[in-house]
Amino acid sequence: MARKVPEIPSASLADIAFMLLIFFLVTTTMDVDSGLERRLPPFVEEIDQDTPPIKERNVFIVLVNRDNQLLVEGEWMQLGELRERAKEFMANPLDREDLPEKEYKEVEFFGEVGITKGVISLQNDLGTQYGTYIAVQNELVGAINELREDLAKAKFGKSFANLSRDEQNAVREIYPQRISEAEPKKVGGQ
Amino acid sequence: MHKFKKKGSNELPPISTASLPDIVFMLLFFFMVSTTMREVTLMVRQTLPSATELNKLEKKSLVSYIYVGVPHQQYQRAFGTEPRVQLNDQFAEVTDILDYIIVERQARNEAEVPFMITSLKVDEYTRMQIVQDIKQELRKAAALHINYSARRKAEHY
Repeated sequence: MARKVPEIPSASLADIAFMLLIFFLVTTTMDVDSGLERRLPPFVEEIDQDTPPIKERNVFIVLVNRDNQLLVEGEWMQLGELRERAKEFMANPLDREDLPEKEYKEVEFFGEVGITKGVISLQNDLGTQYGTYIAVQNELVGAINELREDLAKAKFGKSFANLSRDEQNAVREIYPQRISEAEPKKVGGQ
Repeated sequence: MHKFKKKGSNELPPISTASLPDIVFMLLFFFMVSTTMREVTLMVRQTLPSATELNKLEKKSLVSYIYVGVPHQQYQRAFGTEPRVQLNDQFAEVTDILDYIIVERQARNEAEVPFMITSLKVDEYTRMQIVQDIKQELRKAAALHINYSARRKAEHY
C-alpha cells in the first residue's frame, strides 16, 4: 500500500508567478512597429544620361527647403493643401491640358481606362527636418491611398482593404504609387 | 461597561487565496503573448514622427533596425550632441551600415533574405543629411525595402 505523501504547500506559487510576471513586464515592450513602407531605387554608379525626357505636365514637383517650407509646382504651399493637389494631379478628372496625360489600357474588372502617366517627384534639402520629410511623404502616399479607396468604393462598394488580391491589383494598376525621390541638393547651407 | 459584540461568532472567514496563482498566471500569459522582448537599449533620444498612412511590420524576425538621434545625456561627453547612428547596442558610423546589413543577412535563413526589411527609427528633429547618407549606404548594400518608423497620428477631418 502506498504511503500517503504529504501535500506540497502551494502558498508560494502566487509569489513565483508574480516574480515571472514582473520579469516579463520589465523586459518586454508592447509597442507595435509601424511606419511608412518605401522601396529605394537600386544603386547605380553613373546616372544614365539617355533617359527619355519626361514631359513637364507629367511631373508633379514637390520641393522642401531647409526651413521646412514647401514649393509645389512652383507655388508656395502649406502642408495641408498638398494632399488635395496631389490627388487632383494623379486623377486628372477633367482631362485638363496642364495635368498628366493618360494612357488607355485594358484593366481587369474595369475595361479600358485611362491610366495616368504622372510621376510625383520629391526633392528635399539636406537641411530639411526629418519630421517634415515624413509628413510630406505621408501626404503623398495618403493622396494615392485615398484615390484607390474612392475607386474601390465606387466600383466594388467595398473598402480597398477588403478587396480580393486581384481586385486590389487592378485598382493599384489604375492608380500606381509613383513617387520618385531626387538626389537632394544642398542649397541653403547648414 | 457593556460588551458590544460577542467575540468569535460572526467574524468574517478569511478570503481564500487559492485562486491567486491562477489569476497571476493569467496575467503572465497575457503579457507573454502580447508583448515582445526589448532587443536593444536605446542610446539616442527618439521622438518618432507621426503619420497616418502606416503599414505594420509583420514579421519582427525579418526586421533590422537602424536608430538615429541625438545621444542621451550620459553619452554626450563621448559622442557629442549631433545626431548619431546606433546599430545594435553601440554607436556606429554611417559607413558601418554596409557591414551591419551583411551580418544581419547572414543571421537569417537564406530563403528569407529577400523579404528582409530595414526599419529606420529616426528622430523627428534630425536633419535629412544623415538620413540621406544612410539611404545611400542601404542602396549600396541592396537593402532596398525600408520602413520609416512612425507613430500613428489621430486622423483629422
